[in-house]
Amino acid sequence: MGLKLAAAAGLAFLHLPILLIFVYAFTTEDKSYQWPPPGLTLQWFAVTWNRPDVWAALGLSLKVATISTAIALLLGTLCAAAVSQSRFFGRETISLLVILPIALPGIITGIALRSAFSIADIPFSTWTIVLGHATFCVVVVYNNAVARLRRTAGSMIEASMDLGADSFQTFRHVILPNIATALLAGGMLAFALSFDEVIVTTFTAGQQQTLPIWMLEELVRPRQRPVTNVVAMVVVLVTFLPILAAFYLTRDGDQIAGAGK
Amino acid sequence: MTPAVSFQAISRHFGRVKAVDRVDLDIARGEFFAMLGPSGSGKTTCLRLIAGFEQPTAGHIEIFGETAEGVPPYRRNVNTVFQDYALFPHLNVADNVAYGLMVRGVGRRQRMQRAAEALDLVQLAGYGERRPGQLSGGQRQRVALARALINEPKVLLLDEPLGALDLKLREQMQEELKALQKKLGITFVFVTHDQGEALSMADRVAVFNEGRVMQVGTPQEIYQRPVSRFVADFVGSSNVVPPDFVERVCGKRAWGSLRPEAIRIDPPERGTGVNAQVLSSSYLGAATRLTLDAEGLRLQATVPSGTTVPQVGEAVALGFDPDALHIMEGEA
Repeated sequence: MGLKLAAAAGLAFLHLPILLIFVYAFTTEDKSYQWPPPGLTLQWFAVTWNRPDVWAALGLSLKVATISTAIALLLGTLCAAAVSQSRFFGRETISLLVILPIALPGIITGIALRSAFSIADIPFSTWTIVLGHATFCVVVVYNNAVARLRRTAGSMIEASMDLGADSFQTFRHVILPNIATALLAGGMLAFALSFDEVIVTTFTAGQQQTLPIWMLEELVRPRQRPVTNVVAMVVVLVTFLPILAAFYLTRDGDQIAGAGK
Repeated sequence: MTPAVSFQAISRHFGRVKAVDRVDLDIARGEFFAMLGPSGSGKTTCLRLIAGFEQPTAGHIEIFGETAEGVPPYRRNVNTVFQDYALFPHLNVADNVAYGLMVRGVGRRQRMQRAAEALDLVQLAGYGERRPGQLSGGQRQRVALARALINEPKVLLLDEPLGALDLKLREQMQEELKALQKKLGITFVFVTHDQGEALSMADRVAVFNEGRVMQVGTPQEIYQRPVSRFVADFVGSSNVVPPDFVERVCGKRAWGSLRPEAIRIDPPERGTGVNAQVLSSSYLGAATRLTLDAEGLRLQATVPSGTTVPQVGEAVALGFDPDALHIMEGEA
């Protein structure tokens, strides 16, 4: 009983502050976060809707997250396929190097990329942000794909070839259906990671503002503060749903894969 | 007539390991051919060379008279039943069976009809809608068989096909495979480490050891006239008899083999020249197996039930027809 209470208290401690953010989206006080809110209003939703800087930041974030995820899906899957299906010199090294960016502190990745960009004389653009995000997005997809490919018996691929399917048909009809849910989960996670990334982005964005960076700036500069809360609330809802979906999808996927054993 | 499969001085080396070492082998059309050997003897690698999953390091392979080197698995008219069956978990049984037709672009309607026929052939009619995960081991084996046969291969390869089944099911599947092969007339090549399985099912057997073929012959030849100590030992528990003993019996100095059932147990006063003592005895039902110490040589003998069986520790004399002592020419 005591243990259950402690667990409940722990969970409450983790999640109540998020609710607080939601509450402040409706407050009538816009200079400071005053508790309890002096009054409740929906006006900040309209204000947010009419702020072009919000839309610009949101647009950039979506664009970066989409491109990074696409790159991660392509490279992560290819890399996972190579590492899990064949043996070659340096295989373990490649595996380690791919995973490394997620173990490395973001600030190191950020500084490294920034100095690389300045040495190579590359101006900051959407693509420099994408490059920074892709470093850790690839890992997420790779990890998901490699785990699933390891469980996909090598003899299944041989069976497909044996029955007359060339490499492309084998990928299309055997490998892809078996790793599809893992790719979906990896892709969603990659998207979510990219969408709220701050540290690497500060080093690779230059003057551009992704949504999280925009929020940080807003907090420093108090002007229509609840707008930040409105945006935060929308972001939480928008990112929470795909992650929940990914969770359920992979759970079902595991059941299907398990049934084959 | 050109053989179904022909190996000409085939080698397959993995680094310094000679998995297959200069193997010459002809498998006739319509034959039920067994590759028998302990694990790591190269028999599975030979099967994979026929399927096209491995390429030879040296030598030449022909399948129905056509060069096989460099031809990928999906362009060979050869299909495999895998040891772990390798069924596709995301497809139901009918789609698994019809996979070979699907990748060849056969229409769905015809595919499903042929799949139903193939399932009928392996006595699984009506199982098409199930998932592989819902089947027993024996049923999965049959699905794998139907899936391999639907492409109408010229050669069917079976990699330890019965290894994962329990004894009763294994015996039943042996009968069925044999009957199926007769009915279809396709060349079957199967790999096994179980000598009983090889002897009871195959028309001819190749015995493998350390990447080389030790002997090729009918089950009778392999069992009764092994060419070497290895073959005699691996194929059934034959007594390997050293040159000294053979010289005493037939005057020729060579290694020999003597089947346990060829040894006759006589009372000691008969005096056939070879005296022995019974070390242990185990009752097998139809016969009793004795382990004997014949003047320092350890021998196995089987005595059919219904005759007098000597007790452990008893002194006996051994008798056998000199013709039953087979001289192994392949043994130096």
